[in-house]
Amino acid sequence: MNSTSTHRTYRLSRRELLRTSGAIVVAFGMPPLLGAAQGAPAPGSAAGGAAGIDAWLAIARDGTATVFTDKVELGMGVSTAFAQIVAEELDLPVRSVSVVMGDTARTPDQRGVGGSTSISAGAVPVRQAAAEGRRMLLELASARLGAPVDRLTVRDGVVRVADDPARRASYGELIGGRRFDVTLRGLGGTAADAVAAAKPKAPADYKIVGTSVPRIDIPAKAAGRFAYVVDVRVPGILHGRVLRPPVPEAKLVRAGGVPEGAGGVVKVVARNNFVGVVAETEWQAIQAARSLAVTWSTSEARWPAMADLYAAMWAMTPTTRRVAEETGDVETGLASAARTIEARYEWPFQSHAMMGPACAVADVRPGAATIWSSTQHPHQLQAGIAELLGLPVERVHVIWVQGSGSYGRAGGDDAAGDAAILSQAAGRPVRVQWMRADETGWDPKGPAVVMAVRAGLDAHGGVTAWDYTARGFSGSGTPASPSTAGDLLAGQLMGRAAGGVDVPPPLQENYAFPAKRRVGEVIPWPQEGSPLRTSNLRAPSQPATTFGSESFVDEVAAAAGVDPVEFRLRYLREARHVAVIRAAAEKAGWTSRPSPRRDAPRAGLATGRGIAHTPRNNTVLATVAEVEVNQSTGDVRVTRLVIAHDCGLIINPDGLRGTIEANLIQSMSRALKEEVRFDRSGVTSVDWHSYPVLMAPDAPDTIEIVLLNHPELPPYGAGEPASVATAPAIANAIFDATGARVRTVPFTPERVKAALARRTS
Amino acid sequence: MSPSAPATRLRITVNGTVRAVRSAPDTPLLYVLRDELGLSGPRFGCGLGQCGACTVLLAGAPARSCTLPLSAVSDRPITTLEGLGGDKGLHPVQQAFIDEQALQCGYCVNGWIMAASALLAKTPNPSDAEIRAGLRGLVCRCGAHMRMLRAVRRAARARG
Repeated sequence: MNSTSTHRTYRLSRRELLRTSGAIVVAFGMPPLLGAAQGAPAPGSAAGGAAGIDAWLAIARDGTATVFTDKVELGMGVSTAFAQIVAEELDLPVRSVSVVMGDTARTPDQRGVGGSTSISAGAVPVRQAAAEGRRMLLELASARLGAPVDRLTVRDGVVRVADDPARRASYGELIGGRRFDVTLRGLGGTAADAVAAAKPKAPADYKIVGTSVPRIDIPAKAAGRFAYVVDVRVPGILHGRVLRPPVPEAKLVRAGGVPEGAGGVVKVVARNNFVGVVAETEWQAIQAARSLAVTWSTSEARWPAMADLYAAMWAMTPTTRRVAEETGDVETGLASAARTIEARYEWPFQSHAMMGPACAVADVRPGAATIWSSTQHPHQLQAGIAELLGLPVERVHVIWVQGSGSYGRAGGDDAAGDAAILSQAAGRPVRVQWMRADETGWDPKGPAVVMAVRAGLDAHGGVTAWDYTARGFSGSGTPASPSTAGDLLAGQLMGRAAGGVDVPPPLQENYAFPAKRRVGEVIPWPQEGSPLRTSNLRAPSQPATTFGSESFVDEVAAAAGVDPVEFRLRYLREARHVAVIRAAAEKAGWTSRPSPRRDAPRAGLATGRGIAHTPRNNTVLATVAEVEVNQSTGDVRVTRLVIAHDCGLIINPDGLRGTIEANLIQSMSRALKEEVRFDRSGVTSVDWHSYPVLMAPDAPDTIEIVLLNHPELPPYGAGEPASVATAPAIANAIFDATGARVRTVPFTPERVKAALARRTS
Repeated sequence: MSPSAPATRLRITVNGTVRAVRSAPDTPLLYVLRDELGLSGPRFGCGLGQCGACTVLLAGAPARSCTLPLSAVSDRPITTLEGLGGDKGLHPVQQAFIDEQALQCGYCVNGWIMAASALLAKTPNPSDAEIRAGLRGLVCRCGAHMRMLRAVRRAARARG
């Protein structure tokens, strides 16, 4: 590791903890022992973690605490939130808490990161462990100070007798040279099975949780002293680069032309259709990859032409059809309607396009391997790499190191597979970083989705029935958890089958229409060794499905001649849903009127506002967009975004605002600019020119955020939800401004001009 | 392990120190800084000069080190994120990024801070439009733009 890193490093390794005296170590689970004692393994802990231990907290004799978690930092401040939660329960300063994330030898298996659950689920056992540690310390203090526990107070790791503060003892003094092991039973990482002795603090007593503690990682990042996975260096390290097939499914015929030993080249590796080079320096590896003569079989992608994609998707036969909800009699509701309207919507393939191309370091020795990776699933990657290398799982050690921001199953896991194969071949540690074209061209993609919606309206503009179908390629063609060799691109190129399963595009909405049907369908798509293999990208497919439903809600409201806010409120019953819509509308200064605006100009600049609303799991939000549409050029400028956001209990308001702002900008980028381009030869959007994203001049003038805090609720999640409603809010604002409806993402000037041209006069 | 066959040793000045480097003259400066000199401020983002993650200051002007051959540096002094504050600790732009909590993953932040420091050196009191235009060539994939723009405005005020 880079010795200049000042990222929170652990103070005690697990091995040191096992040896040390002078600590309190709190663990959960131990399934084999528990199984014997309780007759059943602890829920959710079957996979176990290191030594079967399910969660860890250690309080050292210096009075500092270290938390061990499988949840990893993606750049949203989760590590700071964990430190706050532990500091709160233990009454320690935040700076006295270290956070160890994602190390298969030291942290429990919490099934990695995804679905905005790091805090909502991942922090539950951590909080419980900290509460248990505090309970033990207070018992020790009670005995030492000769006062009952309920007369003790704690501040900054010092226990005092409340009415006699001269009688005091620090955590370090209480622990002394002794070692306390506490094993709590039955905590599998969910709130439901928390059965520990200590009761965590009541939210009303929080002093640290709920405050804007500055992020613990930012000073080192701003100073250039932070070590990302790209900065991992180990003795004897070599550099690798990979070469992908020029056309999906092309077979390798021959790789050569770069002699090993010349130009720093250590190894040319060809395994089935996996090709890579290893060289002494990074630049030599890049040059060798460029000059390597590789012959591939001729091939053509089994894809429709890009221009025909959406029509082809409707023509395909689904492999899975899931009715997520059916209430009332939809057919009768439609048949009895005074009129029906329908529309189709289209969402393209989109790329993670991580800022830093995927990178990993592997040190594969005979019989053992160490992998440094930015994976979101350390324990699952451990299993996938073990199978790829033919090693027992316990002989693979995965160490998570923070990478460039990733938003789901990006290429980080695949780079780890690449590095493992190259290191195994070279017999030395190898660092692989993808080139930009490998990253944007070959990362797992968020799948394309098409939607068809129809609704019936009665004579008074009331909805009689609602029939919604979203059809897409599987959201898990490449599984989020890379637990088999076939889940890794290197494995697929070496002939392993992808472990993908059908996951239909999910829609979440809570409108109380009298009859409603919501269907998700999966259509088949080639996955193995493909640059268009599909996987999770932030709030997987929900930005697409909500684009369809919230655009259509707006279309129905317009058909009924009702204000879009008022229309939504007519059909929402749950208080938190109503509250976010009201809060967003109030903050935005929303005036009640139907869309489009009456005075909308038919040429030149037009301005408008739009709203969209969504739940994502237990988080709810409403987003208002204000836009300026240049009707000559088709350019859309989003001038203002307003969001009301309710994710239950807020751990860190400023950190939350930062995450929400970034979610809004990234989802604005996805709505306005992002579309993976491809032809029969492969993906053709391979850099920041061919896959443009939002840049500083395109950012809104202002983003305004209303946080609705609920201390009486658990913390839900904020990593994804604010991404979901942005595209429909913008589309609805374009409609409000111009009367033109854009139903295909991204809203490029060409598409906007086409929509303007379709307007009836 | 030493790279093979260094033909010459070039001297470059990095953060105020003269360094003799073994890399071949055609090596992009980024790899020299990262792999030979062990710096981690500038990072590889695209290798095409499109994103700015590799930005350094070359005689005070922002330069994309991923496309700049070592041989083209000549005697111009190089400043990286690590050396931006000089002896005074953090540069005001770095401090403003901390004060505004102006990043998500932070992988891109080197480019934003380096480019913003050069912008403010040239235009001490930029308008919002000038800031946006001056930083238009930088990618931030996470979307921390609003806070980064606020941080640049804060740094401009701090420099007064």
